[in-house]
Amino acid sequence: MRIATLAGLWLTIAMVQGPLAIAEVSEVAPAVLSAEQQRIAAIAKATRSAVAVFANGGNGGGSGVVITPDGYALTNYHVAQPAGSYMKCSMADGQLYDAVIVGIDPVGDVALIKLLGRDDFPTAVMADSDKVAVGDWCFAVGNPFLLATDFQPTVTYGIVSGVHRYQPPAGTLLEYADCIQTDAAINPGNSGGPLYNADGDLIGINGRGSFEKRGRVNVGVGYAISINQIKKFLGCLRAGRIVDHATLGATVSASDDGRVMVSNILETCDAYRRGLRYDDEIVRFDGRPIRTVNAFKNALGIYPKGWRVPLTYRREGQEHEISVRLMGVHAESELLALLKSAKPEPGPERPDGNPPPDGDKPERTPRPMPMPGGARPRPEAVKVPPEIQKMIEPRESFANYYFNKLEQDRVWKAATASGDFAAATGNWKFTGTMTVGGQAAAAPVEVALGESVSKGTFPTGPAAVDEKQDLDAQLDPPESGGLLAALHLWRQLLVAGPAKFGEVHYYGEAPYAGVAGLADVLVATRNVAEMNLAFDPANGRLAVLELTIDTDVDPCELRMSDYREVDGRQVPHQIEVRRGDGIVGTISWSQIEFLPAGEAKP
Amino acid sequence: MISCHWIDRRAGALLCLAVASCIAPSAVYAQSSFAKVIDEVQPKIVKIFGAGGLRGLEPYQSGFLISGEGHILTVWSYVLDSDVIAVYLNDGRKYNAEVVGMDPRTEIAVLKIGAEGLAHFNLDEAVPLDPGSRVLAFSNLYGVAFGDEEASVLKGAVAAKTDLAARRGAYETNYRGAVYILDAMTNNPGAAGGALTDRRGQLAGLLGKELRSSLTNVWLDYAIPVGEIATTTDEIIAGRFRPTPPMEDTKKPKEPHSLALLGMQLVPDFLPRTPPFVEGIKAGSPAAKGGVRIGDLVLFVNDRVVQSCKQLSHELTFVDRLDPLKLVIQRDQELVEITLELE
Repeated sequence: MRIATLAGLWLTIAMVQGPLAIAEVSEVAPAVLSAEQQRIAAIAKATRSAVAVFANGGNGGGSGVVITPDGYALTNYHVAQPAGSYMKCSMADGQLYDAVIVGIDPVGDVALIKLLGRDDFPTAVMADSDKVAVGDWCFAVGNPFLLATDFQPTVTYGIVSGVHRYQPPAGTLLEYADCIQTDAAINPGNSGGPLYNADGDLIGINGRGSFEKRGRVNVGVGYAISINQIKKFLGCLRAGRIVDHATLGATVSASDDGRVMVSNILETCDAYRRGLRYDDEIVRFDGRPIRTVNAFKNALGIYPKGWRVPLTYRREGQEHEISVRLMGVHAESELLALLKSAKPEPGPERPDGNPPPDGDKPERTPRPMPMPGGARPRPEAVKVPPEIQKMIEPRESFANYYFNKLEQDRVWKAATASGDFAAATGNWKFTGTMTVGGQAAAAPVEVALGESVSKGTFPTGPAAVDEKQDLDAQLDPPESGGLLAALHLWRQLLVAGPAKFGEVHYYGEAPYAGVAGLADVLVATRNVAEMNLAFDPANGRLAVLELTIDTDVDPCELRMSDYREVDGRQVPHQIEVRRGDGIVGTISWSQIEFLPAGEAKP
Repeated sequence: MISCHWIDRRAGALLCLAVASCIAPSAVYAQSSFAKVIDEVQPKIVKIFGAGGLRGLEPYQSGFLISGEGHILTVWSYVLDSDVIAVYLNDGRKYNAEVVGMDPRTEIAVLKIGAEGLAHFNLDEAVPLDPGSRVLAFSNLYGVAFGDEEASVLKGAVAAKTDLAARRGAYETNYRGAVYILDAMTNNPGAAGGALTDRRGQLAGLLGKELRSSLTNVWLDYAIPVGEIATTTDEIIAGRFRPTPPMEDTKKPKEPHSLALLGMQLVPDFLPRTPPFVEGIKAGSPAAKGGVRIGDLVLFVNDRVVQSCKQLSHELTFVDRLDPLKLVIQRDQELVEITLELE
């Protein structure tokens, strides 16, 4: 019986082979040949930038992809984590490169590493992954089962099976929000590798798959972190940081009629201060309509801690649009403790017999597993060559502080290119007018910024700041949240520079009002104050300064513009002072003087 | 030996595909996206949530609309053994579905939701496929999608059209007809009941329940051709294979059948729905003479599905003891039809 079936099948083949035998090659439709050539070209282009990651000391490995000519490459956190700070990477050119860790995003399962030794690495082109549609052809390039011992990557072809998928985290780490699902084979070792569209452009980073009964091999259900999410984190990763994801400070749940409602909210979060309350309906987040809890998790899960995102809520039929600064999923110490203790293993399944909660993910959906290749991590001492050791600088809260210094230097160099204030050590005297509520105040605004004491006269009266005292009691003028203190610290930073000012680090990139694209952000801490300084990458200038004294209240925000030259330095002549949702006032300086050191202010 | 045989078959089928794509003009579209086709199919696919949740028993499966009035074709499984069967359309609309009927021979079921004007497949327009045909498989495998999230789509090819019965005993299923063996990992948890289409989105098959060969331990990726189940589906919709007992006001005979009269004893009825397994048979009784055996699972009484001991006893009260009683019994992997008569 079995033989008969087999014979039947071969017969079928013979019949099909008949016409082939007489078919000339020239009869192949040109469109077929052209499609074939397109695919060959896309794969050839894409494989050049693919990376096979091998952890030193035999701690497994995975895949990656180079995105800049100087060697910055993306991989998974769960691939880089066991490898430590230093790893070896091979590429399709047959070369083995040293690589160091740059930054990690443990919640998003992304790590940025840097391959060393070239400034002309082949790079992947990052596509717009929001344009990816179910049914599009795609392919994964990588190092499944760590097969790339000959340095040649493996290519697996498939289609996009789903978009905007939400795959829950293990605890609070390894959450795949808004990810891409594919049936291209994703196997252990493919983790961290690129998922390309049919043109060979990068749409995601493969990281996990759904498995269950068939063992830890591909079953046609792999997930890739969307490249659009990673674009938002790239600046923070380049900062050498341990980057946290964002949360609203509120939880949501679906109502009986399927609307997404605020079910709990922290009174200390920015969303609360902006007006969001318990039982408000979330209508849109980041411009995306929110109809399910998963849709909300997808929209939120692609943001780094600290970004501002527009949110629309509905209360009593009325829609309100607010801009919310997102807080971290973890407290900083909490995230560090998690990374020290927890292995990034998926949590246990929690099977129960209840029907799935409306609008939410059924809890008992099998947890997709991350896909590192090879052995589980076994920490082993690895000898790092001295010239590479110089590029590894451990520091609390950072994956590699070496890269933070690089970025600090870059931003500061650009910021001071049009004005070096290091020599302006005397008093800085400003005279101008302040517009409050559209009306120019009658009395002029005068400010004198000094080395340790600054004074000013505002429409609300005189104000003073003495840095020898705690700044939290010196937040004049009233309602500004510390306008004079902010100006004072601004002068100190410009004069001292980041190295001498106090604790300064590069945050990464974030959107800020008045900056096209993303701003470079420095965080500077002194006294009890923390400043966020957003620089416009187009001209290097400081665009926004935010002074935070207490994270539970709104910061004082200074938007600086109208840069003009004073004594050979570019200085902002207009400052919009904002607090929360409102404008405190707009200051226009008519006169700015940098007095020589030692000269008393008038 | 067996596994070699399998590899041969697959390789052969792949060769077919390769050959076909060189000569078939359809392959001109090799590189273009399936996005448009998929957009047209997705509104016909539904996500079904019901019973289960214990380890290895996912409480969800897939299905597709086969009428504008809300008839849904899916597989018959424990998921449907629930008082509440929730069906989500691809736009997120949620309905509670009723089981119209089910057929244990083909292991299919038809559900109905209270909606009209729905996008649907027409079973009459289903296409037959040959080995090498490109296919798309639509399902909610692993329960990935919820609410208004769309079903997952996998692409592949028909590797072979063959008869599952050729492998009798290797797979735990009642189905005995032809299947498409697929070169794609289509039959994952939750995928059962999903739709197999050709690359133009025309319906071709129903993704079957998870099957694993007891000989090779290999999970089977397959679909049941629509042609094999279209008639049964129509019959279910027409009212055969009703799962519910007659209405309480139906007139009962004065002297009905009973288990005692038939000489059958079922397993102790501990659960809300204890499956009606036969535990004892009285020697010389009608049941013994008719060939009922210990361990048999009663599926049907006079073409009515009985899902529990209670339902079976209840069903007997509607049959006059003078009339013959037709049982459909599952015995291991066989379906056995037995007619019992009192003397």
